[in-house]
Amino acid sequence: MIKEFRLPDLGEGLTESEILSWKVGVGDTVSLNQVIAEVETAKAVVELPSPFAGVIRELHEQPGTIVEVGKPIVSFEVSDDAGTPSPGPGTAASSPAAPAAPAGPAAGQEGEPAKRQPNLVGYGAVVESSARPARRPRNRLPVVESVQVIAPVVESVETRPVETKAPVVASVEAQPVEAQSAGTRPRSTPPVRKFAKDSGVDLALVAATGPQGLITREDVQHFLDGRSAGAAPAREAGAAVALQVRQGERETRTPIKGVRKFTAAAMVQSAFTAPHVTEFLTVDVTPAMDLLAKLKGSREFGGHKLTPLTLAAKAVLIALRRNPALNARWDEANQEIVTFNYVNLGIAAATPRGLTVPNIKDADSLSLLQLADALAELTEAARAGKTTPADLSGGTISITNIGVFGIDAGTPILNPGEAAILALGAVRNMPWEYQGQVALRQVLTLSLSFDHRLVDGEQGSRFLADVGAILGEPGMALTMV
Amino acid sequence: MSTDGTGQDGADTPSAGAPSTDAMADIHGQGRGLVQLITPSGERVSHPEFDPWVQDITDEQLCSLFEDMTVVRRIDVEATALQRQGELALWPPLLGQEAAQVGSGRSLRADDFVFSSYRENGVAYCRGVDLTDIVRVWRGNASSGWDPYSINMATPQIIIGAQTLHATGYAMGIQNDGADSAAVTYFGDGATSEGDVSEAMVFAASFQVPVVFFCTNNHWAISEPVRLQSHIQLADRAAGFGIPSLRVDGNDVLAVMAATRVALDRARRGGGPTFIEAVSYRMGPHTTADDPTRYRDANELEDWAAKDPISRVEALLDRKGLLTAALKQQVKDRADAVAREMRTGCTTMPEPQPLDVFKHVYSTPNSWLDRQQDHYTRYLASFGDPAEAVSEEGAR
Repeated sequence: MIKEFRLPDLGEGLTESEILSWKVGVGDTVSLNQVIAEVETAKAVVELPSPFAGVIRELHEQPGTIVEVGKPIVSFEVSDDAGTPSPGPGTAASSPAAPAAPAGPAAGQEGEPAKRQPNLVGYGAVVESSARPARRPRNRLPVVESVQVIAPVVESVETRPVETKAPVVASVEAQPVEAQSAGTRPRSTPPVRKFAKDSGVDLALVAATGPQGLITREDVQHFLDGRSAGAAPAREAGAAVALQVRQGERETRTPIKGVRKFTAAAMVQSAFTAPHVTEFLTVDVTPAMDLLAKLKGSREFGGHKLTPLTLAAKAVLIALRRNPALNARWDEANQEIVTFNYVNLGIAAATPRGLTVPNIKDADSLSLLQLADALAELTEAARAGKTTPADLSGGTISITNIGVFGIDAGTPILNPGEAAILALGAVRNMPWEYQGQVALRQVLTLSLSFDHRLVDGEQGSRFLADVGAILGEPGMALTMV
Repeated sequence: MSTDGTGQDGADTPSAGAPSTDAMADIHGQGRGLVQLITPSGERVSHPEFDPWVQDITDEQLCSLFEDMTVVRRIDVEATALQRQGELALWPPLLGQEAAQVGSGRSLRADDFVFSSYRENGVAYCRGVDLTDIVRVWRGNASSGWDPYSINMATPQIIIGAQTLHATGYAMGIQNDGADSAAVTYFGDGATSEGDVSEAMVFAASFQVPVVFFCTNNHWAISEPVRLQSHIQLADRAAGFGIPSLRVDGNDVLAVMAATRVALDRARRGGGPTFIEAVSYRMGPHTTADDPTRYRDANELEDWAAKDPISRVEALLDRKGLLTAALKQQVKDRADAVAREMRTGCTTMPEPQPLDVFKHVYSTPNSWLDRQQDHYTRYLASFGDPAEAVSEEGAR
């Protein structure tokens, strides 16, 4: 027989979770409690153990999909005597007590919810017969039936709240409520409201198909689909390009969420709040590279990870001491400039899940060796996806090492709340002026963006010149500490 | 006393590295080592003071301790899976704390009485709890899982630390009866910050009642590390109440057993309360709704995985030549059977009925309650089929 597994409430009172990945495929034979999927809830990433021993028949949801609690996500073929003897909360759909749950508009009879509602510790009781007493209508908002007959509910025994304006009509065929009357909040659930808000959708414009005019996630999605489909041709026509409008395979639509969404919000906030200035400085770093080679061969540093980034980080920390304005934050709310007397040095890291900027706490108190180890640790944790939230918060200035991608320079966007970010370019062998002649030297470009509210051109320039001076001649550090 | 660094887990010596003055030494104490009888690598180390308390543990009993710990871990893993499968609403894993629970639970007499937190499912197993009863509450089907008097263990307390008061009160009763049984209360490191625990210890010391305060220091009160809660070792808090304390390697089943026996013996002889700090580690989340990776260093987890309570007994049995294929098979079969029984019991549990709420309110007839029940029965009847009313109430 086929058994469905419905997404359970994996935390306490969660309404939805995202399928991150399937660990099994259709046709796979799985044992009881074998991990079949990885799921991310609002609280945690958890592994889903199989509730049955059997063969995977269907995966109902794709990775990356946000699934409502209670929706089937996978079907198993189970031999009749295997699996759990009786359906529990997770498999209630196969219970004979539950009717074939109608979905969509037809489910609105007598105001009965069409599916089990998530509550604090599960997803509520089994939806049973629709023959519930008419005298206790759950819904207090008006439902307008297509025939527009409005009559009071006769058997009402409850004292109705005074704000109830219209009596409820037992809708035999709940039609999608096309528009809510003015002043009435469109009926929906908090997660759907959030989804709509995040998607920039006014719920008042969305046609509801849920019971008693409830706007479901699908309705919002439908509205969004319709809007993008409707808007696209107009734009295309304006451009007068003779392209097919329907071009399914020619583009991929990826929902904006997770780290990408967070990054986008942070970048927009930063780019349009802090007036950025970017300065560039190209430096002959041959002496620094020589120093690096020397250190690598030394007993103290041997075996430790040393890169141009290590020296650049140290140079930044030294230069910051002379230019504290770049280690500061604009506190708009309090109308204050917060100058940090410590440095939490952020390092932009490309991780499997997107861009993160973990920071090294109190980096200014570390020796070069400790700094090198901290950098190695930080990048390793970021790559392994083990960066903790504490690592990600509280940064005071950042470095982005675009050199590792072979890039020379760019305009880095500030990590929100920070006053400066330094982009480190690739170290290249270039013909360069050296002792009055042209020689092949190792050269890199530094790009520094700073928040012009906090940092004037003078301070930013001095800071960048200091960093350049140290990288151009590490011995210059002696003049700065 | 520790030779393997078990005691050097950072949280124990918060003042390490700080400039130490005589005054500070007074405040922080010197920091006690851990009582340990089995090292993480499975070596049996002798201890003149505590060896006598476990010298009766035969090879056979050591095997059975190994079996119980393995079964308890399996119960825990199975219940966690049941939660992920939607069969349980919530589950508080005990992964990593098997030795603390089995070592102490197996030291108790049938007439002792246990007052535990929600995490002591391993203790409940040792008390002989019905496997289905373990998950009853977590499935949301009952407000308590078992009859406390059937196994002399109160149903788990959800309120942090409140059970310590119940234990002290019960122990006062034992004292009045003149019996030689004891009350044992289990709680975590976080509970020691609660007023209830302080009050319970004040009364226990004042009346010198036969109660054992068994604190499993698993290092995390949800996301709060123990070092933030206490600047001294938890065992040293007991001194402030005038209660003698022991600090044991909570991942060492023999050390836990020895310490529990010492404490029980003192209680039975009229020596009053004892505080045991079993230093262990919560390898899993606080509950299935928690994500410890958000606040906990992965390295810390690795360090503690090396001190696993079961693998060290396994290694000891191996050294002794007791870890036979037959033993392994026997333990595995037992764990499988227990997991199967619990799963079946969980998934076939009857759904509670609306009128069940009246069942366990009073043990004697109560006219007020009878009246309410009568009203509610008639109210339910107004819906027609009472079975349908279940969904109505449940879905609200």
